[in-house]
Amino acid sequence: MNAASALTPGFTGREAPAPARGVRIAVKDLNFYYGSFHGLKNINLNFYDRQVTALIGPSGCGKSTLLRTFNRIYSLYPEQRAEGEILLDGKNVLDSSVDLNELRSRIGMVFQKPTPFPMSIYDNVAFGLRLYEKLPKSELDGRVEESLRKSALWDEVKDKLKQPGTGLSGGQQQRLCIARTVAQQPEVILLDEPTSALDPISTGRIEELMEQLRDEFTIVIVTHNMQQAARISQYTAFMYLGELVEFAQTDKIFMNPAERRTQDYITGRFG
Amino acid sequence: MPALSQSIAVARTRPSVRKGPSRGLDAVFRTCSYGAALIVLLLLGGILGSIVYGGWPAFREFGFGFLTSSAWNIGTEQYGALVAVLGTVASAFLALLIGVPVSLGIAIFLTQLCPGWARKPVAMTIELLAAVPSIIYGMWGLFVFAPLFARFVQIPVSNVVEGLPIVGTLLYARVPSGVGVLTAGVILAIMIVPFIASIARDMLDQIPTVLRESAYGIGCTTWEVVRHVLVPQAAVSIIGAIMLGLGRALGETMAVTFVVGNANRLSASIFDPSSTIASRIANEFNEADGLQLNALMALGCLLFIITFIVLIVARLLTRRVQAA
Repeated sequence: MNAASALTPGFTGREAPAPARGVRIAVKDLNFYYGSFHGLKNINLNFYDRQVTALIGPSGCGKSTLLRTFNRIYSLYPEQRAEGEILLDGKNVLDSSVDLNELRSRIGMVFQKPTPFPMSIYDNVAFGLRLYEKLPKSELDGRVEESLRKSALWDEVKDKLKQPGTGLSGGQQQRLCIARTVAQQPEVILLDEPTSALDPISTGRIEELMEQLRDEFTIVIVTHNMQQAARISQYTAFMYLGELVEFAQTDKIFMNPAERRTQDYITGRFG
Repeated sequence: MPALSQSIAVARTRPSVRKGPSRGLDAVFRTCSYGAALIVLLLLGGILGSIVYGGWPAFREFGFGFLTSSAWNIGTEQYGALVAVLGTVASAFLALLIGVPVSLGIAIFLTQLCPGWARKPVAMTIELLAAVPSIIYGMWGLFVFAPLFARFVQIPVSNVVEGLPIVGTLLYARVPSGVGVLTAGVILAIMIVPFIASIARDMLDQIPTVLRESAYGIGCTTWEVVRHVLVPQAAVSIIGAIMLGLGRALGETMAVTFVVGNANRLSASIFDPSSTIASRIANEFNEADGLQLNALMALGCLLFIITFIVLIVARLLTRRVQAA
């Protein structure tokens, strides 16, 4: 863990961000392949504990790909593979001995589109809990409520917990998915463009939510919306064509980027 | 892009003139479409009407007893539908009991577990199974399957269960000939599996990948993803597919006529020969006249009603699942 935090992101010589907290995930020499396509090229990057890190870049730059390596969801597709190291608390998650189900319960993921399961609101949240813990009913109720409160959804659904999760609005569904993730008390939450399918009001609520969740979880978010990255993240990584171009504190990336390409992208000159 | 916007502006200044065919054609098109829909209704009404008309003398002669009587005696002109109705329902139910788990297994294997290179060939094989004519299933069932079934299932099972309560009645073959209700159920199961499996596969394929990924994403095993997320997500369509299979099993004639045994005997054993409505009609229509023909028509009516009930139950089930 300490050894990992000593390694600054892959471009020494430039001003490295001062880590406010310890390193939660350390990515070392990560390469990713879709069949023969080289999707990620030598990524070196640290994600800090209880901070929001935004991954930005034009479509196809590999930011979602990077996100999908952390919980190894890519391994559902046999033609995809990753090489290198991703250290979660010092342990390499790419190691073949890692129990994928357990890993995925420690690293939660929220997707572009809300994905409520075909079950009641209550069961949507309780489902993930039941997979890993055998809780008495009263405690389970408590955990479900706590998760829904943390996701700022409780007041809207407390009277209809038995109704199907698919009956909620898009924004509510997405918060339900966050509640489902939060319920498992993961160490890291990955969000893959979580607001791209939502209206501005729902987006605002999710952004507020992330502000609160940062107290407890390490958050990595992929976003196309640069204002969103600027608003909610403490660190930002700019990726382009499968490479990490620049990683720094969000303020620095948006005010005074070191790289020309970063500058061009955030000012809308390409991408 | 100034050039493009200029050309659009130029186009807008011209009055718009339709170049397509006249509006009259639209009316013709509409009438044709209405007509096509109407033909279906007329056909259905016509068939139903003529069957009811043809079966009416039998219904009048035997009244409600037509349903509850197990007699089918051409000499004394006593006809009852009980054996055929029970045989139809039992063989179709057995077909579902065997066919549905197998179909779901195939669909889940093809969509979730099958390596990419094997997917096409396996799916093709299953679709070919659907293309086999039912008379082939019937012949195969009678000449190949039934003797093997008698030797390796009916006789050993009958020996074991003989004298036991309940199973001793249900699974005892008085004459282990290989044909019977269960044999018909097995053959029907083979016939409906391709239908249910390919529809269920299409439905599972249509589930968005993010849903599957998010189920894996909270740490589900493949079984949990399939059992709790994918199958419930596709439940409505899968029930529809099962009902389609049931409809086919109820009405299937040729294959069943071969293997059901065609006996008009009321028996509680699924090893015993029996009849279904379709097999009875197929066996007798050639020489039937008078009241016998009316009785066969009345049987047809009952089959119509049974499939209609299946349709209604399917509707109710899908509505309940959608609401849940």
